[in-house]
Amino acid sequence: MERLRRTMMFVPGANPAMLRDAVLYGADSIMFDLEDAVSLKEKDTARILVYSALKTFDYSSVETVVRVNALSAGGKQDIEAMVLGGINVVRLPKTETAQDIVDVDEVITAVEKKYDIPVGTTHMMAAIESAEGVLNAREIAKASSRMIGIALGAEDYVTSQKTKRYPDGAELSFARNYILHSARAAGIAAIDTVYSDVDNEEGLRHETNLIKQLGFDGKSVINPRQIPVINGIYAPSVEEVQKAQEMMAGIREAEAKGSGVIAVNGQMVDKPIVERAQRVLALAKATNMEVD
Amino acid sequence: MTVKQTATAGTTESSDIMITLKPNDSGIEVELDSNVKKQFGDHINALIKDILQKLSIDNVKVEAVDKGALDCTIKARTIAAAYRLRGESDYEWEAINSWND
Repeated sequence: MERLRRTMMFVPGANPAMLRDAVLYGADSIMFDLEDAVSLKEKDTARILVYSALKTFDYSSVETVVRVNALSAGGKQDIEAMVLGGINVVRLPKTETAQDIVDVDEVITAVEKKYDIPVGTTHMMAAIESAEGVLNAREIAKASSRMIGIALGAEDYVTSQKTKRYPDGAELSFARNYILHSARAAGIAAIDTVYSDVDNEEGLRHETNLIKQLGFDGKSVINPRQIPVINGIYAPSVEEVQKAQEMMAGIREAEAKGSGVIAVNGQMVDKPIVERAQRVLALAKATNMEVD
Repeated sequence: MTVKQTATAGTTESSDIMITLKPNDSGIEVELDSNVKKQFGDHINALIKDILQKLSIDNVKVEAVDKGALDCTIKARTIAAAYRLRGESDYEWEAINSWND
């Protein structure tokens, strides 16, 4: 079953209390930040702190992601420490080209070989935060077999576009759609940007409904309070769950009978309908809804 | 290694520990300020000494201001302070990783 990534929570790498508590808030993924959330003079301490946290705390219920620094700014040391710590995903910020991904892939491969970790164990994702990055998203998404997702980083992106963020999100329309198409064409996840106004729950709801409708897997999150709101919006309705369950039961029945063509409640069932039903049931389980 | 300068890592925020390393003539001497000193003082002191010895720092005075840090934080802050003291930024990850075994 495909992993759910409704919520990916930023956790500042220099904060021991947040590293300890990060797993408690119900995010699908937690993203330790060694980049912008850490001042230049604390890069060394944050790196060893996150490494120690990875070696100590049980994060097995969530996906662990780390936002590393650029390779030219301590990223190589970040990657060595994080891969050794057992991180699931290395997230490269400000990705502009496919070559950026290839370069990071090579560093990860070297570290995996050095420590006898099977090559390919560590996954990657790219944050796209500029016009150049958006236009290259298709190649970026396919640049490495380690890639599991691409994410939009809107704050830098809107600045590069000479605009700012507006409530209706029109300024992000092209970037969102192009990143989403690039992700889907590569068969990987698409993660939307953070919603920075943490006190505006209505605005968060509006934006989450929009990106869910577009097809994004989920959003990056900067405050634990945003997690139940987003996870709740991604939760299917009771009717959707019932319909999906009927669909899967019908498929099992038809398979048992050896039927070639499957119809449930008068509707012919084909592959995309099955995939949608499976996703509804996965979301229902993740939301602790009762699923047979 | 004999210490000639001072280095600090960590903060005095809740769940953290601030480790300051200073020159000392005779061995490793830990001065701990902690609300849990009565119960965990010996454990924290031993943890800090163990890390410093592994990094070959034998003569140093440690000032530790603890705000309820877990062992993994105490270790991380001690390692960071030690590397800062040595003026090195490239950690020996293989060795550090072997300490978890």
